[in-house]
Amino acid sequence: MALLSIRGVAKQFGQVQVLRDVSIEIAPGEFLTVLGESGSGKTTLLRLLAGFERPDRGEIWMDDQRLDPLPPNQRGVNTVFQHYALFPHLSVFENVAYGLRARKTPGEEIAPRAAKALAQVKMSEFARRRPTELSGGQQQRVALARALVNRPKLLLLDEPLSALDARLRREMQVELKSLQREVGIAFLFVTHDQEEAMALSDRIALLRAGQLEQVDTPRAIYNRPRTAYAASFIGLTNLLRVRVADGLACCGPLEWPCDSPPGDAVFSLRPECIRLTVPGAFSAMVLRQTFGGATDLLEIECAAGLTLTVRTPSRGELTGQQSFDFQPEDAVRLQ
Amino acid sequence: MNVYSRVYKLVVTIPPLAWVAIFLVAPYAFLFCFSFWSVQSQTIVHHWSLHNYLRLAGNPVYAQVLLRSMRIAGMVTILALALSFPLAYYLSFRAGARKELLFQLVIIPLWVSYLVRAYAWKTILGSDGVLNTLLQYTGLVTHPVAFLLYSPFAVVLTLTHIYTPFAFLPIYASLEHIPRSLVEASQDLGASGFRILRTVILPLALPGILAGATFAFVLSLGDFLAPLLLGGPGGVMISNVVVSLFGAAYDWPLGAAISLSMLALVVLLLMATERLEKKWSFR
Repeated sequence: MALLSIRGVAKQFGQVQVLRDVSIEIAPGEFLTVLGESGSGKTTLLRLLAGFERPDRGEIWMDDQRLDPLPPNQRGVNTVFQHYALFPHLSVFENVAYGLRARKTPGEEIAPRAAKALAQVKMSEFARRRPTELSGGQQQRVALARALVNRPKLLLLDEPLSALDARLRREMQVELKSLQREVGIAFLFVTHDQEEAMALSDRIALLRAGQLEQVDTPRAIYNRPRTAYAASFIGLTNLLRVRVADGLACCGPLEWPCDSPPGDAVFSLRPECIRLTVPGAFSAMVLRQTFGGATDLLEIECAAGLTLTVRTPSRGELTGQQSFDFQPEDAVRLQ
Repeated sequence: MNVYSRVYKLVVTIPPLAWVAIFLVAPYAFLFCFSFWSVQSQTIVHHWSLHNYLRLAGNPVYAQVLLRSMRIAGMVTILALALSFPLAYYLSFRAGARKELLFQLVIIPLWVSYLVRAYAWKTILGSDGVLNTLLQYTGLVTHPVAFLLYSPFAVVLTLTHIYTPFAFLPIYASLEHIPRSLVEASQDLGASGFRILRTVILPLALPGILAGATFAFVLSLGDFLAPLLLGGPGGVMISNVVVSLFGAAYDWPLGAAISLSMLALVVLLLMATERLEKKWSFR
């Protein structure tokens, strides 16, 4: 049974169709990431769930309650805003207690619950500070505590890590994931960062120009992308124009057995699926080598106009003709 | 530093400094000197004493007029805030596409001469005025209502009309500066309209409200045209006293002493409100 179900939602701003016919379900306790470029409609989708916008078409249901006609203050949903939106005139403690007071929680419950929420995000000692006296990472934690203290069924997070620097961001990713497991609340996380999406999510919903491109687990979406967009947005890939005939796929000098229907098609082949081996299935000229620590990125030319990207373990410099190989099942046919 | 930049510095700094010296420092210095001199047989004698300030303190009439001025200014302030906060709130948060037009409509009266607006009220409130004619026509009263014109009421009404835009502008600016995400966060946490207003918008607009109140109070406290044109004997304010001392009474020293006392009062008030504004602003 789904916790939240978004059914055929569409939204238009002026002449721009921001969302068209989006349907997703979120399970209780799930970490779902809505991934997309800027302008893909991901923030609009979040605002529809929070209640700041109303859908033009479609319905949003949570458990047995229809959500979309309700104003934001009557939904069992809380939001962590992109720039935190902490109240500057209230202390950290009062920020966290705000939702409890607004929902008329009995007075004696407020202090212990706010204190517990602050402890959960390791901010207890900052309770008396003003938000402006905190660093970005600390403000982030307070924003999380302020939302979680209300025990929502679903927490919406609008690019919450985008304002942090790279190192802090990785730290917060780990903490966010463990916090989510601890509280067991479903998270709907909006981001444009595919690595973040892969590291955190149970499932990723890839949004493109207001439509869902693919909804799947990070592994499935990476290993079995459905479209060229999904394949190239999430991770690096080689897109191959392939002719399939007689159980054989053919792209320039590359040939491999393939049981998909005959005709022209595009295949995705991840750089790490191509290996340097002797003897190999094909040979190619190394055009460029980029050192990347544990792995190197090679650009190789198999034939005139057919260059591929290859990821290999770093083992010194490579030049000239080399032989390569890949497993036929790693080449994924796209729609 | 080369000679050109030195010349350039002089060229840009001297005019404003000269302006301030000639039109601000010098007049206040004269006023300061006058307030310690006195008048003997229609001539001003340069005889330094605290005489004028003692006269001010000794005669209760001056304190009464000052109190009345502050009462009128206080009422104007309250009315101006009561009008301009809801207006600014509506424009900033609710007006949507009409915002620009409405904003211009609030500002336009500032382009009309003060005198014209004061005379307009005279025409409206007088015994042959628009209001009385209407009241008599509808049969609500048989004789013209007298208290409308030449009364503190007329002064308060006119000053409120004239200074409400001054209270409106800083309030509107402070409301416009409130990040809308804070309002959304408040809604998201379960707050309803009135709670959002009370716990988020009002506290964050406080510096603007204070600035608006200060404008309305200080400007109406020192006003002399509205009481002169519409105040009558009961609506005399402190500036009218100063004007008559400098004019008909030819008692410049006493007028200077009142002016400087008022100046000190206003400066103290401004310092106090500035401190409060700093304390209440969170950005």
